Amino acid sequence: MTSASFDSAAERRQRVRAGLARRHLGERLFRGFGVVAIVLALGFVAVLFTDVLRKGIPAFTQSNLHLEVRFDPELLKVDPAPIRAAGQSDADFRATRLAWERQVAMLNWNNVIEAALRAAAPAGFDIDSRQILTIAESDGRHRVRELFVRDPGLLGQRVNVDLLASANTDNWVKGNINRELDDARQQLSAPARALIDIFEENGTISQGFAWSLFTNVDSRSAPAAAGLLGALMGTFWMMLVVIVLAVPLGVGSAIYLEEFAPKSRLTDLIEVNINNLAAVPSIVFGLLGAAVFINWFRLPLSAPLVGGLVLTLMTLPTIIIATRAALKGVSPALRQAALGMGASRTQMVFHHVLPVTFPSILTATIIGVAQAMGETAPLLLIGMNAFVAAVPGTPIEQATALPVQIYLWQGNENRNFFEPRASAAILVLLVFMITLNAIAIFLRSRLEKRA
Amino acid sequence: MNTFIVAGLLLVLLGVAYQRGWTKSRALAIPEGQRVHSRGQYHGTLVVLWTLIPALLVLALWAFFSPGVAHWYIVSQIPNEVLTSLDQTGLNQQMQRIRDLASGFGVAGELRPFEQEAGENLARFQLLSFLIMLAAAAGLGVLGLTFAQRRISARLRARNEVERAISWLLIACSAVAILTTLGIVASLVTEALRFFTYINPLDFFFGTVWAPKFSSTGTGDAGQFGLLPLLSGTLMISTIAMLVAVPVGLMAAIYLNQYAHRSVRRIVKPVIEILAGIPTIVYGFFALVTVGPFLRDVGSSIGLHVSATSALTAGLVMGVMIIPFISSLSDDILSQVPRSLRDGAYGLGATQSETIRNVLLPAALPGIVGAFLLAVSRAIGETMIVVLAAGNAPILRGNPLEPVSTITVSIVNQLTGDTDFTGPQSLVAFALGLTLFIMTLCLNIVALYIVRRFREQYE
Repeated sequence: MTSASFDSAAERRQRVRAGLARRHLGERLFRGFGVVAIVLALGFVAVLFTDVLRKGIPAFTQSNLHLEVRFDPELLKVDPAPIRAAGQSDADFRATRLAWERQVAMLNWNNVIEAALRAAAPAGFDIDSRQILTIAESDGRHRVRELFVRDPGLLGQRVNVDLLASANTDNWVKGNINRELDDARQQLSAPARALIDIFEENGTISQGFAWSLFTNVDSRSAPAAAGLLGALMGTFWMMLVVIVLAVPLGVGSAIYLEEFAPKSRLTDLIEVNINNLAAVPSIVFGLLGAAVFINWFRLPLSAPLVGGLVLTLMTLPTIIIATRAALKGVSPALRQAALGMGASRTQMVFHHVLPVTFPSILTATIIGVAQAMGETAPLLLIGMNAFVAAVPGTPIEQATALPVQIYLWQGNENRNFFEPRASAAILVLLVFMITLNAIAIFLRSRLEKRA
Repeated sequence: MNTFIVAGLLLVLLGVAYQRGWTKSRALAIPEGQRVHSRGQYHGTLVVLWTLIPALLVLALWAFFSPGVAHWYIVSQIPNEVLTSLDQTGLNQQMQRIRDLASGFGVAGELRPFEQEAGENLARFQLLSFLIMLAAAAGLGVLGLTFAQRRISARLRARNEVERAISWLLIACSAVAILTTLGIVASLVTEALRFFTYINPLDFFFGTVWAPKFSSTGTGDAGQFGLLPLLSGTLMISTIAMLVAVPVGLMAAIYLNQYAHRSVRRIVKPVIEILAGIPTIVYGFFALVTVGPFLRDVGSSIGLHVSATSALTAGLVMGVMIIPFISSLSDDILSQVPRSLRDGAYGLGATQSETIRNVLLPAALPGIVGAFLLAVSRAIGETMIVVLAAGNAPILRGNPLEPVSTITVSIVNQLTGDTDFTGPQSLVAFALGLTLFIMTLCLNIVALYIVRRFREQYE
């Protein structure tokens, strides 16, 4: 070896060493990008959840008015409730009772609430009756009336009643309204605001858990009383339809394709078709529902049944694909052993293969159902965004669903009050989804161990 | 109520059928000690099937024809002179009144002379037709039951017959997926064709103005239905979403796949995947309430006008939504690259990042492109984020800081609450849906093809 080649080797080493620093810098940079990407992604999750939590948690408390209501005979000029006379027929008694209830309904119950509010206010506080009534939510008169209808003996008595404070009062108490704004831009009049502050101090107004969020249906006239019950029931009916239809159809379809279908052009087409269906935008399923179920089959608009059918078709591919993957994972030894013992193909599948894959299928189903539960867009097209102020008792009654209720509330003009409400509804939805996913994970780990 | 009666009767009948089949099977097997081909359960199930299928057929026929028959009957109850005086809406109202009378619900207003009688007749007719249907279903069911029971013998291959029925049932299940696709295509195409009878397809696909006029429904002036402003908005938002999701998603996947310690990966991966499970309405709300105002404030602090609802807002949030999609798909694809390729590169002295950039990524590229295309298709079809946060301004412009509109937003706007597809104003939703469907279908097919092709290379 000549000295020249030694030189060049040394040079080369020199060059490599010089390049090494650059290459290590590149390595660190690249790795840094990876860390940044992870941090960004985790940051998004954190920001999203803290934002929704921060906005939504206040909506779970509500301002309540603790009033002593007096059923003043002066204000309530009403006949005594009819008592069933001896020998009076059922129908007759019902008729007199109805006439009396009609009379009760015609009374101005706001007067009673106004009197109660005035009694709670300091003596001589100057406020006109329209202003003072803005403090209580407008559904208060129905609630007081109901108390009376249930027990007519209350006439002349005093009762402690908890009523909802109005949405504006609630906002004022929670500090969602800028107190510096001038009168013209305030929702509540100056005396009403002053009175609310007094009420808060003397304990007439206090904060409590917003049970009405879960026990009431949506309301336009009384925003503070608006609740999720209708939407929850609508979602319940839809999910029932999805579970009843999508699970057997999906699992059956997967079993056929994976276990029985001959490998032919046709089954290949079905497979491509199912993969594509899984990637069809959800809004297209809404168009399908509007055209086929509502326009062609004349199924009722806004019904959870139609929503459930649309979501079923959407969820099917997910369940089919997951079930097929689970079936593929079963060891051939199990199948051969079953067949070798003389089982028929059907027996092999239903008695041996399916039980083994049960945990995976269950998990996939729960995850698919959870996804369907959060879907909004297709439901808008089949009329689930109609305002419904009743709890649907059957899947063919008008209803709305939880995600659609969020959509409706975020669009409400009373943004100060309904944005937190929408966030609260989102929290309820997320709790459902996380619970379902947790159940899926728990079941999988539990059942897989046993299998 | 009626449904429960029918379901209850059917269940009782099926219980009896199973019991009969099973008992007969036992009676065959035990005293004579012969070898019976199938076990008792199969005989029971076979009898159940023979009972169930005829009864269900009757029920299905009834469900299909009864609305039409009821309609015909009610119309026959309305006197001719009244019938001729009514238009379609009037007729529907009249029929609803009669139905309400028949159901005992009662009607408001004064009763016309024929209404009371028509209502009573209808109630009788409904009861009668229901009873006939019930009798027919039960009769056929019992007939099937007796026939199947008679057939049971030691040599009857009941198991094979039941299994054949099961396999037909499974085929029917698979057919649902195909029917869904057919339903989508049929409904989109027929309604879109109806739309194109009002509007020239050329004006739709190449029009630059989107201005449907709702006020003039039914008149000649329907407004302008140009797709291009919506298409440009859709593509703009999808591009922004991809600019967010691809770098973050891909780098996250690379880091998790190649660098991260197993324990880190075990925690971080599911946390990122939470993003995929969040309903899109939540993203939309987040964009509208938090991200939009934040971007507007940032913009005004550097002297830039940014609308709170804009292509940028919607695109950024949509990008976040797509991150887990890209990252988990890329992660899968990176894992599939054979170890030998990586080890070869290390053996030549490459650093980890050089191996990833020069060996791993090129090898995984087709799969990543496939994932990318799937993500684009998802971005194009996404609805709730853009409905809430894109601003709904169907104007052709290139500034992402301004509000835009998308195809999906317009579908929702044109069809919400309106399901009487009479004018181009609502029918256009189907033309838009068809466009969307074809766009995403092409992307999906190409993506699936690439992903599949790539997988086979290593197998």
